[in-house]
Amino acid sequence: MTLDTRVILICSGKGGVGKTTLTANLGISLASKGSPTAVLDADFGLRNLDLLLGLENRIVYTAQEVLEEACRLDQALVKHKQEPNLSLLPAGNPRMLDWLKPEDMKKIIEMLSKEFKYVLIDCPAGVEDGFKNAVAASKEAIIVTNPEVSAVRDADRVIGLLNTHGIKPVQLVLNRVRPKMMETQEMLSIEDVTDILALPLLGLVLEDEQVIVSTNRGEPLTLIGSKSPAARCYSNIAGRLHGEEIPLIDPSKEGTSFRDKFRRLMQTKIF
Amino acid sequence: MTLRDILNKLFGRQPASAAKARERLQLVLAHDRTDLSPDLLDQMREEILGVVAKYVEIDFEGGAVSLETEDRMTALVANLPIKRTISGQIKLKEQHSEKEKEKEKEKENLSLETSE
Repeated sequence: MTLDTRVILICSGKGGVGKTTLTANLGISLASKGSPTAVLDADFGLRNLDLLLGLENRIVYTAQEVLEEACRLDQALVKHKQEPNLSLLPAGNPRMLDWLKPEDMKKIIEMLSKEFKYVLIDCPAGVEDGFKNAVAASKEAIIVTNPEVSAVRDADRVIGLLNTHGIKPVQLVLNRVRPKMMETQEMLSIEDVTDILALPLLGLVLEDEQVIVSTNRGEPLTLIGSKSPAARCYSNIAGRLHGEEIPLIDPSKEGTSFRDKFRRLMQTKIF
Repeated sequence: MTLRDILNKLFGRQPASAAKARERLQLVLAHDRTDLSPDLLDQMREEILGVVAKYVEIDFEGGAVSLETEDRMTALVANLPIKRTISGQIKLKEQHSEKEKEKEKEKENLSLETSE
């Protein structure tokens, strides 16, 4: 079977910028378009993808047992009940870190590529072994960053490493965008970040409290058909990945109240 | 300059922080990408100034050697105001108009492409 599988690494360098949340939401969204999709938690030390997808209680086997040939791949895959096109391959336990090598990761990805159209790899933070293993098995990448100096700096480092590994294309997702702070120029603008990192922008995700609510419940926003700002952003990104043409959200148009209009007036260039 | 900038100035408030963030990032990334520490950059500047000083008299105070980045390309930019050339060509100009003692600036643009 030739699926022309897309193996996409989702990475950031810095921790806590929203890699796992993006992976979960893109996974659900792509699966809902009818494409068999697998999400792989490559963070073997500190796994969390199962928790965000609400699958933490259904894990029996992990990638570790598959590699040891203690079970078959389909036994380790956890199928999402509400979105059966999506499967999670859980990471092994932290002991696994000692012996997992890039070849092992490649083997796992090869197995997944036979079954799925999309394989999303949730990369661990940092640029050490976990990152190197994940990169070895990937073809293309999404860099997740926030409009903050530390996140952008780490993203730049990761982009350099991806370039040396020949990963192409590398696209950018700017997460946790606060339109109001951008308007008052107290936050790096979208152009600032795309100019500095020199990457094509796959999409931006607006800061949204609903993300926390959805992680509390273990139900990604894209699963419950939420109309919240972040949910819209996530499904737009999934659509673009899938080849649909969806225009970018303009954060400056997000507010329409009098206060927002006043803010825009304040940003008018005078000279 | 925006309306907000003017009001900020009037009330003596700090300017918006995004510009500062951009500036700091560009500097730190230039160093990250070239693996050049500020110490090494200083040393290199001294040597470049030394070489240039052999040919022209330069204003050491006003000179600047820095790294600038654009589109993942890092350039070493040297801005060295020249007081006069050793051969005295600028001296001749000075005689023409005393007021035109403005330092002639010369931009050297040595591109150091960094391919990570």
